[in-house]
Amino acid sequence: MIITKEKPVEEILSYIEPYKSVLVVGCDGCVQPPRGLREAEKLASMIEMARKAKGQEVKVAATTVTRQCCIEGLRNQINVDGYEAVVSMACGIGVQVLTMVFPEVQTFPAQNTVFIGYEEKREGNMYEACVACGDCMLGYTGGICPVARCAKSLMNGPCGGCVEGKCEVEVEIRDWKGEVVEVVKNDCAWYLIFNRLKEIGRLDLYRMYRPPKNWALATGPRRL
Amino acid sequence: MVLMAKERKAFSNLMKAIERGEFVYTGELEPHRSIDLSDVKDWATTLKNTGKIIAANVTDNPRSDSAISSLVAAYIVQRDTGLETVYQLRTADRNRLALLSDILGAAALGLRNILALTGDHTKIGTTPAAKPVFDFDSAHLVALIHNLVYEGKDLDGNEVHGPKPEINVGVAGNPNMDPLEAEVLKLERKAEVGADFVQTQVIFDVEVARRFLKAVEHIGIPVLIGIFPPRSYGQASFFDKYVPGVTVPEEFLEAFKKFKEIEDKERRKEKINEYNVEYFVNFIKEVKKEKACAGIHIMAVGYPDVIGPIIEGVEK
Repeated sequence: MIITKEKPVEEILSYIEPYKSVLVVGCDGCVQPPRGLREAEKLASMIEMARKAKGQEVKVAATTVTRQCCIEGLRNQINVDGYEAVVSMACGIGVQVLTMVFPEVQTFPAQNTVFIGYEEKREGNMYEACVACGDCMLGYTGGICPVARCAKSLMNGPCGGCVEGKCEVEVEIRDWKGEVVEVVKNDCAWYLIFNRLKEIGRLDLYRMYRPPKNWALATGPRRL
Repeated sequence: MVLMAKERKAFSNLMKAIERGEFVYTGELEPHRSIDLSDVKDWATTLKNTGKIIAANVTDNPRSDSAISSLVAAYIVQRDTGLETVYQLRTADRNRLALLSDILGAAALGLRNILALTGDHTKIGTTPAAKPVFDFDSAHLVALIHNLVYEGKDLDGNEVHGPKPEINVGVAGNPNMDPLEAEVLKLERKAEVGADFVQTQVIFDVEVARRFLKAVEHIGIPVLIGIFPPRSYGQASFFDKYVPGVTVPEEFLEAFKKFKEIEDKERRKEKINEYNVEYFVNFIKEVKKEKACAGIHIMAVGYPDVIGPIIEGVEK
């Protein structure tokens, strides 16, 4: 299962400041403590109150889904029509899957993903997209995580190893026995980030200097 | 607080020359996995004797192929040959603690230039099982050096005792990046946190160089364009085929293909040298017209025959 901690509400408000309609999406999946409809509604009303106090109108609604990490489930369970921004109550995976499923809106994280446990059994390909670094930066990188998806976890990429949008570092795809099935080159995370931010007119977020990461937050074994 | 480019100080001979408006030339030295630096020093002496190369870069484990410490090599070369060095420092394999130690060490040894690089991933090198360390990236390293030089503090606010280090910091530029806009914004970012100069990847195509120089002119950072006169058709086509983004103009490759057919070794060498000198003299004369171009970084290692003649040809 995945453990998350709420981000400070000021940070969430700063993400959504340019937008007039926001959908807060909870997750009934493995995220703990619970981040379902109740928690989504609570955040939605906090956003509404804070914006009202500032005299800025905002339309906010809350909903939830079975699991934000399921592409099919997300497509069937929610509709983002009429919203300019989405705030995800899920882990870093949820924010990224929402970004993939609804590219027409910007999705922001409401949580810092703290760490990830393991499951006994699953089927199909798995992709690493969140390393539970404890200080989520998806709000600055177009909903694509460079900590998990860049081989060097660069804060200010891309590096010279980005060739035609691919990372020069080869990765092995392994089966459940640990045998190598295929060797592939992943997409360069910073190439994806650049394209994503350009697409949504936020190259200012690409251009900005991101200071060194506080790796102390990711140093294990962690406890809550 | 980051100082604007014009308020920055020049500490190295390289930076002082750039500030005086001189068109500068830098060379490259590649120490190996060996404690014997004699060939590196010989090459440094050759570069120095041209009278035109103001400084030479000393590479730091390129392609993550382990070699002698570039800090030590840069110091020994500078001490024994009198040629100023540009100490290449990769953030790869060093966390912020190790980087700080190396920067202070470099300053104490009298090194005045650092080229701040992120570096290749361990997985593509000679020790792929190593634990990769990417605590800082090149932008962080630039910011760290800038803070040490101007504030006497690291990025966590820890103070350096005694005098502040006096170092100029360069960064790499990739004119072959597609899209180029991603690279330009990246250089703006690096200039903002304190980069003093840029040295680019190898370029053969004058149009690529011109396009890049125009695109970064607004940043106001001096750029040294990277060139690599090849010694054979094999070397030229290697760049074209295997170096990411680098294209070698067709007529260049065609000419080298023809030289391959010359049987007499000396005659072949002579023809290649002549072609390189003519090609790169014209290339440099063209890029020199661009405002952002402060000089040329010649990466060809161990090919002394053309370096002097190319520079003389440009100055004629």
